[in-house]
Amino acid sequence: MSPRAALIDGMRSVAPLLIGVAPFGLIFGVTAAGSAVGGGLGYASSLIIFAGAAQLATVQLLTAGSTAAVVIATALVINARHLMYSAALAPHFREFPSRWRWALPYILTDQAFAVSISRYDSENDPDYKRWFFFGAAVSLWTTWQLTTMAGVVLGASIPETWSLDFAIPLVFLALLVPALRDRPTVVAAVVGGMVALVANDASYNLGLLIGALSGIAAGVVAERVAS
Amino acid sequence: MSDWLVVVVIGLGTYGLRLSFIGVLGTRPMPLWAQRPLRFVAPAVLAALVVPAVTLQSGVIDVTPLGNPRFLAAVAAALVALRLKNVAGVIVVGMGLLWILQALG
Repeated sequence: MSPRAALIDGMRSVAPLLIGVAPFGLIFGVTAAGSAVGGGLGYASSLIIFAGAAQLATVQLLTAGSTAAVVIATALVINARHLMYSAALAPHFREFPSRWRWALPYILTDQAFAVSISRYDSENDPDYKRWFFFGAAVSLWTTWQLTTMAGVVLGASIPETWSLDFAIPLVFLALLVPALRDRPTVVAAVVGGMVALVANDASYNLGLLIGALSGIAAGVVAERVAS
Repeated sequence: MSDWLVVVVIGLGTYGLRLSFIGVLGTRPMPLWAQRPLRFVAPAVLAALVVPAVTLQSGVIDVTPLGNPRFLAAVAAALVALRLKNVAGVIVVGMGLLWILQALG
């Protein structure tokens, strides 16, 4: 199959997921523009970090005046799941030219991972795999850049009474529900959410980080007890 | 540290996490002690982001429908998320209900 056909396959597979990404990008841009961080750095984080939940936590923590170490640690814990994706993709990417292996991880996302890894079950051609991933990942990258930029531009003109900031927890909720696959993942979520709530007033804005780490630990324990 | 520098450090760190096995560690298997916790990153992080955002009103826990309409709207949105795998649908239901409750309150 031609690279072009593989590229289009990748774009097509990720298209339904872009419907969820677009409003998130827009809302992130609006939020960043309205915060102390500002639209400039808010949009720059789409280019530099390119990971929605981590970008949002970064903007919120910087606005709250957290110390650099707390902001960095929180964002990197949120993004730790990429280690798992990288490990799962590595055997498929092994035969790619080396500059592709160094460039493609920049556009790796939850969505590009999900559609590629399921397609790789039935495809063995490394060229197909490479162009498929590129098609899926670059569609998402482009969508995120355009929608976060549009959000930054719209930013100030959206009235606060619309409560548009509420769409952010709604996006996370929509991602959380399918992540609750079994009892240990439910335990991880319940503990993570409750601890983050109780620790909301923790000094240095450590609440999110403490909640996330407690939830992860609780999930590991629950899994061990169950087996 | 300036905000810009913080964003750059997070960007480099995130790229490092994404590159790790693909570019550097190769196809060696990840040790089990590292694999196990990673499975729980998504549910733990997402819940830690959602729960305070929908239960706190000006820093105080409030889950009454009129005191904090966000909580009820989030519960309804979660039920929608259980039924349909569509982020846009969840946003529409949650935002719609919040606007209705705010208009009533």
